[in-house]
This record gives sequence, C-alpha cells and structure tokens, in this order.
Amino acid sequence: MFGEYSIGDLGSIFVMQGFAGLILFSVYVLMALGLAIIFGQMGVINMAHGEFMILGAYVTWMTSNFFQTYLPNLFSGYFFLAMILAFIASGALGMLVEWGLIRHLYRRPLDTLLATWGLSLILQQAYRSIFGAREVGVELPQWMLGSMHVTDNIEVPINGVFVMGLTVLITVAVAYIMYKSRWGRQVRAVVQNRVMAGAVGINTEKVDRYTFALGCGIAGVAGSAFTMIGSTGPTSGQLYIVDTFLVVVFGGAASLLGTIASAFSISQTQSTLEFFMSGSMAKVLTLLAVVGILMLRPQGLFALKVRK
Amino acid sequence: MIDNPRFANRSELIGILVLAVLLVVILPLCLDVFRLNLVAKYLTYAFVALGLVICWGYGGILSLGQGVFFGLGGYCMAMFLKLEASSPENTKIQSTPGIPDFMDWNQITQLPFFWKPFHSLSFTIAAVILVPAFFAFIIGAAMFKRRVGGTYFAIITQAVAAILTILIVGQQGYTGGINGMTDLRTLKGWDIRPDHAKVVLYFFEVACLFGCIFIAQFIRHSKLGRILVAMREKEDRVRFSGYSVANFKIFAFCIAAIFAAIGGAMFALNVGFMSPSFVGIVPSIEMVIYTAVGGRLSILGAIYGTLLVNFAKTSLSESFPELWLFGLGGLFIAVVLAFPNGLAGIWGDYIQPQLNRLMPSGKSGSGPKAGWHDSSVADGAPAE
Repeated sequence: MFGEYSIGDLGSIFVMQGFAGLILFSVYVLMALGLAIIFGQMGVINMAHGEFMILGAYVTWMTSNFFQTYLPNLFSGYFFLAMILAFIASGALGMLVEWGLIRHLYRRPLDTLLATWGLSLILQQAYRSIFGAREVGVELPQWMLGSMHVTDNIEVPINGVFVMGLTVLITVAVAYIMYKSRWGRQVRAVVQNRVMAGAVGINTEKVDRYTFALGCGIAGVAGSAFTMIGSTGPTSGQLYIVDTFLVVVFGGAASLLGTIASAFSISQTQSTLEFFMSGSMAKVLTLLAVVGILMLRPQGLFALKVRK
Repeated sequence: MIDNPRFANRSELIGILVLAVLLVVILPLCLDVFRLNLVAKYLTYAFVALGLVICWGYGGILSLGQGVFFGLGGYCMAMFLKLEASSPENTKIQSTPGIPDFMDWNQITQLPFFWKPFHSLSFTIAAVILVPAFFAFIIGAAMFKRRVGGTYFAIITQAVAAILTILIVGQQGYTGGINGMTDLRTLKGWDIRPDHAKVVLYFFEVACLFGCIFIAQFIRHSKLGRILVAMREKEDRVRFSGYSVANFKIFAFCIAAIFAAIGGAMFALNVGFMSPSFVGIVPSIEMVIYTAVGGRLSILGAIYGTLLVNFAKTSLSESFPELWLFGLGGLFIAVVLAFPNGLAGIWGDYIQPQLNRLMPSGKSGSGPKAGWHDSSVADGAPAE
C-alpha cells in the first residue's frame, strides 16, 4: 500500500488529504451546527435541514448574479452581503415552518421526522420548478481563485482557506450566543427543564421559535459557504443530510464540542481513506465505523448529563 | 372466538374477506396483465408496510431502513435468478461464459464464493428469510440492549440504508452496481416473463401476502402483541414488571425485516429486476408513508395505504410529473398533522359509526374497537 511512495511524498499526501478533509470538515461543521442546535437543544429531527442549506446556496447564487449585472465594481465583496441574505432567508423560512408545522409536533419526535421529510420533498420540487433541475455554480471573485504554495509539493486552495476561516468565525459566534448571551441561557434552561423554565417567566414558545430559526439560518450560511467549493442543485442537500445527522449523533447531541470533534474525526478518516481506496469504499468504511461505535456507545463522544 | 379471539374478531374476518375478494377476484377480472403486474409490484411494498405496522405501529420502533431488508431479500432472489439466466449456453459470447454479464464487464473471471450457494433454490429461499433476520437481529440487539431511543434508532437505520446503497453501487463487479441485476429470465426452467407467468406469480404473491397477514393478526391478538403495545406506551413499567423489553423489540424488528425481505424477493420475481434504488433512504422513508397513510395501527389499512399511494404516484407522475413530489410531500405533512391514524382512523371515526347506525344489530363487531381500526395514537394519549 505504501511501497511506491517515499517518506516525503507520504508526508505531502497526508497534508494534502488532511487539507481536503478540513474542507469537508468545514461543510460538516457548518451543517451540523444548525442541526445540533435544533436536534440537540430541541429534540426535533429536521430532515429538511439540507434544503434550508440549499436555500442559502441559491440566495448566494442570485446575489452573485445581481452583482454581476448591476454592480460589477462591488463584485469582489458580494459574498459578505450574500451570506447575510442567506441567513435571513433561511431563518425566516425556518420561523415560518416552526410556526406552521413543528410546534404542533413537539411531543411526537418521530412524526416531526416524517413531516419535515415531506417538507424537504416540497422544497426540492419548488427549487426544481423555480431554478431548474441543473446544478448552478457561482462565479468566485478574483481574490478567491488560485492557491497558496506552502512547499514544493503542498499547495492549498484559497477558497478552501476562506471557508475554513468562515467556519471558525461562525462556530465562535454560535458558542458565544449559546453559552454567553442571555438568550442562550434561556435556551439551555428550556432544554434542561421546560416546565420550570416556563414557571420562572421564560416564554418557551418564543425560545423554541427563535432556536429553530437560528439553526435554519446557520444552515443558510452553510449553503452560502458551500457555493464556494461546489455547485448547487435541487437535491444537493439530501446528499449530506445523513452524514450530518451521524456527525451530530456521534458527537453526542447537545454538545457543541462533541459536534466539532466528531465532524473532525469523520471528515479526516474519510479523506485519508479516500486516497488509498475508491471513494465509495472510503465512505462505507467511515460510516460503518461510526455506526459501530454508536452501537457500543449510543450517547456519542461527549455526553451531556440531563435529568429526564 | 368472539370475546377473546385468538386470531381475529368477526369484523376483522369480514375485513380480510373483503380484501381477499378484492385482490383475488375483482382486480384480476378488471385489470389487464400490465396493470395487474403493476398491482403485483405495489403489493411487494405492502409486505414492508405490514412489517412496519408490527414494528412501528405496535412496537413504536420507527425503522427508516426497511429498504435494507427489502433489498437483501430482493438481491438474494435476484442472485438465484441471475445465475440461472447466465448459464454457459446463454452467455457463450462472454469472455468467461457461465458468470453473470455484469461480472464479465468488470473483468471478473470467476464466480465469487458468496455467489456459489445461490445455485440452489432451497438455499436461496432460506437466505431470503435468514439473511435479513440475521442483520435485523444484530442491529436490534446492539441498539435495544443499550436502550437506544426511537429517534437515534431511526437515524442509525437510515445510516445503514445509506451504507448498503453505497456498497452496492460501489462494488459493481459483484452486485451489478447502479443498474442492479437486470434480465432475469427463468425460475427452475419456468419462464417468468410471459403474461400467463405474471398472472401465476401475482396469485402466488397474494397467497404469501395473506400468509403474512395471518401471522400479523396472530401476533396482534397474542399476549406478545399486548406487550408490544404496553411497551410503546410505557416502556419503563413493562420493564419493571419483569419483561425483557429489548427481546420483544428485537423480535418485532426481525419480523418486520422478514416481511420486508419476502416483499423484496417477490419484487425480484414479479418485476424481473432488482436495483439499489429500492434500498436507499428515499425508498425506505416512502415505505413508511405507505403505512402512515393506511394507518399505522391497522394491518389491513397498511395494504390499502400502499395500493392507494402507489396508484396515486403512478397516475400523477404519468400526467403531472412536477406535481407528484408536491403531492407526496403534502401527504406526509397532512397524515402527520391531521390524520395520525391514517385511512383506518378515518374509517373508524367517520364511516364505521355511520354503517353501524344504518345497520343496527346487536352483534359484536360494533363498538369502539370494531373493524380494522384500533385505538388512537396521537399526542401520547394512552391507547386501550
């Protein structure tokens, strides 16, 4: 397996594959953050999460087209506006869905799963009718193209570095909101004991709605970042949804640190294996390992002790 | 027989008879062979839906990976049929005659070891039932012994479905890849493709379906069925009463897996091919909606639900392909929000009382537990 490579080559391979893994890691973390908030904090399985992400991607695509046609001078900075728009669009849709659908189903988690799956089918078909079945790709501004040469053998693409920076930024922001802000304290209080939280004057319904909207909004930003490294089609979201759920469950629901750790280990395993075998076998082995570990340790890597 | 039925009370018997008349007499008389074959295809999913009634409706275990077992059963059957179709005479143009065509295309020169036993029909039939049961046992034992909750279980089964699909698609040389196993011809020398064979296979399938319905009815009326319901409602109390909750759950899951596998094997026989598009996450969740539409607590409802959803799918996607996904998505939401008991719930709540009023009789069969409707499931209200 290793015979035909020298030590130096192997080092470069691991660095390059490790970097490819880091990009995958960023996508996983961005998607899983929103899901961890919704599933971990609220116990709701949102199968339409991928579609919220794709909404963000389409918003970014439209913004990029708008800038290209009307404001070509400002094109290099369109992405920052697009990200904010994506957050608002996905968050608003999330709030609407929570109001119309999810809030009736809090006591039946398995039924939310079916209902949100139905929602995801509707959204997919809506995207197909509106944007067409073909995948769309955004044009990257000039400064995001190309790659940085680190050594002779190692080079890293700039858009990948940008997405990773963005991931770190968003993760820090989410951690701040959840663990430092007043609102985050309310969310955690509702998770730990809904009845008592209501009794001390927290409007639990409002907290639920904004939590769900925040999770969906982060998915929108994830979609926005997703356009930097791949193209977007109506069904792109579905490709990632199972992986992302595994990331959240593997990390231990309701644990932000666990989510990050599990996203890191899963993405690194997969991208390292990918070099030595076919992509599909790498994925099968990674998922099998995750499922196997989850069978032995169902609470995931980092378990939070909650009184039930 | 009526007060404490071992198998079915009077109105359930009537329901089974009505279904039998519909499937055995009315449909074969009214439909041409092409449509009848479509019904046969739909009924293969009814096996899965029936399994889900036991496992999800009664046991409260939602499996989103029934496609795995449908696929395992289907692939076992398809492997047997494919081996028979690729006899050395049929495949003499290949560079290695006597192996399935897709292996030849993938430069495999020898039949892999796990294919060899599938030359035998009796081994195949045993494999159709035992392989999925074995997998279900492993998954169930690992999860339920550790008291994994419903949502986790759903996600894990989904992941298993994803893994199996990727594996089948990736290992083209051994499984036929994304195209699956096509061009299945004969069963022990008997051609399964012409019209009269399709009709025979249809009746064979209906017979198997009724066999499964009888097993399901038996489970439901046995003590086992009552424990399953009790477990769904208050798992801890059942555990404190000294029952091994995990074992009952494993059993329900295995039964559902076996039913699904029989459906898969029937699919390979009736439709004449098997492909990974019936294994993955999307078909697995669609199979859950059949049960949900029919009524998750109703054994016969699951079969009507499967037939109705599939008829709607075929006719809608023939004429308005765009509308179908909207319709299916809307159906998911409507069933969950408005009709948690599905068609059977509508029947029991609205139609049955009307019928009872029209035909007032002192016989049993009226009353709240009549028909193929069972008690409510919504909002955690205690059943029974």
